[in-house]
Amino acid sequence: MKRLLAACVIGLSLIGVANAAIDTYVFKTDAERMRYRTLTEELRCPKCQNQNIADSDAPIAMDLRAEIYRMMEEGKDNQQIIDYLVARYGNFVLYNPPVTARTMLLWYGPGGLLICGFIVLAVILIRRRKKAAAPIGLLADEQQRLDALLTQAPLDKKD
Amino acid sequence: MKRLILLVPLAIFLAVAVFLYRGLFLNPSELPSALIDKPFPGFELPAVEGDKTVSLADIKGKPALVNIWATWCISCKVEHPVLNEIAKTGVNIYGVNYKDDNAAAQKWLKEFQNPYQLNISDPKGTLGLDLGVYGAPETFLIDKNGIIRHKFVGVIDESVWRDQLAPLYQALVDEGTP
Repeated sequence: MKRLLAACVIGLSLIGVANAAIDTYVFKTDAERMRYRTLTEELRCPKCQNQNIADSDAPIAMDLRAEIYRMMEEGKDNQQIIDYLVARYGNFVLYNPPVTARTMLLWYGPGGLLICGFIVLAVILIRRRKKAAAPIGLLADEQQRLDALLTQAPLDKKD
Repeated sequence: MKRLILLVPLAIFLAVAVFLYRGLFLNPSELPSALIDKPFPGFELPAVEGDKTVSLADIKGKPALVNIWATWCISCKVEHPVLNEIAKTGVNIYGVNYKDDNAAAQKWLKEFQNPYQLNISDPKGTLGLDLGVYGAPETFLIDKNGIIRHKFVGVIDESVWRDQLAPLYQALVDEGTP
């Protein structure tokens, strides 16, 4: 059982490796290689929309990888490369979209909902505390009435 | 007040339902082009037919459709007869032969008719990249100044042309003749 589990874990961990498209680009430094990797993993393939361009085998993703490599060789920085692609494919290619009027809800919606949740929770707690603070039992005049009724009761009893 | 609070879940449900309902009719493979209302990118590329170089100046001057196509693109074959019909009505169509073999493209045009006024050969896909093309067929609608006004991704069939593109094209033509 343990062995089977281990095999599954190792197999699953290999999936990511097996999926990545294989290119043979030569980089001058390891830092450049890492930069290429983060860039291609951060950009979305326009054709096969749920993959980044690092993983995709679509022709357009290959072209974009080649283009990113070319721009890196030219000494362009990350922002220039991203701007170049956004100018052609729109913000759609970014897996990390900028905050604009259109993406406001995406960026701040969850935070807003969380705050709403806290407000509702606070209201409920305050109400509950108020209820708890209210005196338990009977008020003075109610107690008087009850006593009166209790003392009267035997008199009213009819046999 | 108390009563109104009871309606909150209903309101949330309705809001979610509206979003989900809208989502049913959105096409996720249709991305808005980043190039709408921007000038058509400049290029210097050979023509598919004849030994000449074409540039942006050659496709400016009149409203036109710019159709990205290739012989390896199966849906382009479906679209081609429709383009032939559209061209017969006097519409300007320019072609961009995207990442294709020139000989194959010439053979294709001979076999299935040529609806294009001019065909730009883009074997490496450089113009395609500048246009944000991510698959063929794609069609751009440009005005007489070479500004991209609309982009259609996918096969143009008769109803797409009649209902979506023809009115837009006509509007551009009317724009030019005040």
